[in-house]
Amino acid sequence: MIREASPVIPEDASSAREAAPMIRVQGLRKSFGRREVLKGVDLRIPRGRITTLVGPNASGKTTLIKTVLGLVRPDGGTVEVGGHVLNGDWRYRERIGYMAQDAPLPDNLTAAELFRMMGDLRRAKKDGRRGPPRERAEDPGPSTREPTSPDPVLLEAFGLAPELHKPLRTLSGGTRQKVNAVLALLFDPDLLILDEPTAGLDPLASGILKARILRERAAGKTVLITSHILPEVEELAEDVAFLLEGTVRFAGSVPDLLRKTGQERLERAVADLMRTDTGALLEGGDLPGPMEGGHPLGPDEPRRRRDPGASP
Amino acid sequence: MNTTLRIAGYEMKDVVRGKWLLFYGAFFLLLTEGLFRFGGEGSRVILSLVNLVLLLVPLVGVLFGTVYLYGAREFNELLLAQPVSRRQMFGGLYLGLSLPLAGALLAGVGIPFAIRGSLDGGDAAVLLVLLGCGVALTFIFVALAFLIALRITDRMRGLGGALLLWLAFAVLYDGAILVGVSLLAEYPLEKPLLLMVLLNPVDLARILLLLNLDVAALMGYTGASLQRFFGNATGLLVTGAALALWTVVPLLAGARLFVRKDF
Repeated sequence: MIREASPVIPEDASSAREAAPMIRVQGLRKSFGRREVLKGVDLRIPRGRITTLVGPNASGKTTLIKTVLGLVRPDGGTVEVGGHVLNGDWRYRERIGYMAQDAPLPDNLTAAELFRMMGDLRRAKKDGRRGPPRERAEDPGPSTREPTSPDPVLLEAFGLAPELHKPLRTLSGGTRQKVNAVLALLFDPDLLILDEPTAGLDPLASGILKARILRERAAGKTVLITSHILPEVEELAEDVAFLLEGTVRFAGSVPDLLRKTGQERLERAVADLMRTDTGALLEGGDLPGPMEGGHPLGPDEPRRRRDPGASP
Repeated sequence: MNTTLRIAGYEMKDVVRGKWLLFYGAFFLLLTEGLFRFGGEGSRVILSLVNLVLLLVPLVGVLFGTVYLYGAREFNELLLAQPVSRRQMFGGLYLGLSLPLAGALLAGVGIPFAIRGSLDGGDAAVLLVLLGCGVALTFIFVALAFLIALRITDRMRGLGGALLLWLAFAVLYDGAILVGVSLLAEYPLEKPLLLMVLLNPVDLARILLLLNLDVAALMGYTGASLQRFFGNATGLLVTGAALALWTVVPLLAGARLFVRKDF
């Protein structure tokens, strides 16, 4: 449970809302047993931009995302999404499209049924409970299609039509990931949270998805992406938040990061940040050679070291 | 409630299409049909079914329930990232599993009886009690299974816990009661025994069934006192309430865990 609630940005003050970040995290702490995963995270994800959340494994990325989605209850600190301080209420999630890692879909349902299920869950709300968030009324949004049917353009581009009525368990990993992507984009959400969106997608599908994400961005959506493979998201990222050992070590725009580290590529720059943090960096940012030799990720997790340069 | 039912509907679809539910239903169907072919008349078939239902329904309920909740963990995360409340989600998961399980039992046992049609009044009543107990045990043990799966994160330990729970309720508890009764044979035991029975849903169901089968006379003095208790309206009310409590309490405890859980 969230203990200290910070003052809420009034939802009707639209000028203040424009300036306010989509996600504001303050002093967020979370432990699982004795393992402290988030140690006071402060972060602002600005509206209408694409932010990439990076960091080595076990740095707290997934926990942070899950906290924003309300899946994990913080031990301390506050999380605010679109001006709503998270308190166990679920309504704010109407505006979030979430693409979970590894396409966790039910075995025996078909993609068409899954889309309908997700649609039903949202429609049930609109029939029964208090209506959709107030903001909706002011802003009809760019979408004109039925809000709960999958985007035909995306289905077509992914070539999903023949797969729609097969049990999801029989689909290949890549196809499941495509279904997963369509699912996240099903409701024209204001905030897209994509956990490793391009993992398992072939280059063609990955390109289609990235183009789609850019289109969402152009339509004013806020996008939060995590990825291990930085070259994959380099063309998308506008802002970077770098998480290490449960705290945010860098948050800012990609040009800022490149300038700060003196690198030209995002991947190098992030590798650079990791080095700085573990004290292994030579001053001035003159990095010796390629990083494929494996950079230190911290003394406590030698097993989790991974190759930072999957492919250029 | 609306959302709960919608979730339950889709979960049910997922469960019904899985092969395990089919096996479960088919097993009872073949068993009942087989008993009819070899054993003959209805009352004897029911008698043979009693012990199998009392053993198998809790076992399948508790195992299926834990496996199901562990297996759907990631998808449940995805569902909880949608605008649904955790309570609705929990209710949907519970109904989505327990209803198909109960349905498979009802169909498996019920169809062979329905085909043969005529049962005399007494047998029909016993069959109803049997099916009612089976359904109640399904609801109870699925609720207990959810409680275990939410309590114990590790899959293997959870399954072990589920098996132990079944063993305790379906087998060990009776043994303990028997030992206790034989050790304390000198004392008046009706009241403590009654309480002991209420504390185990499987025993509760068994006593109900045995009393309806008119073999209570074989259970001597204790049996007579049990019959006196369970036979009258108060007893029936208490039994029904005990079975309901056995469903509701684990379910509420599970919902509480589910609401507070980190996914």
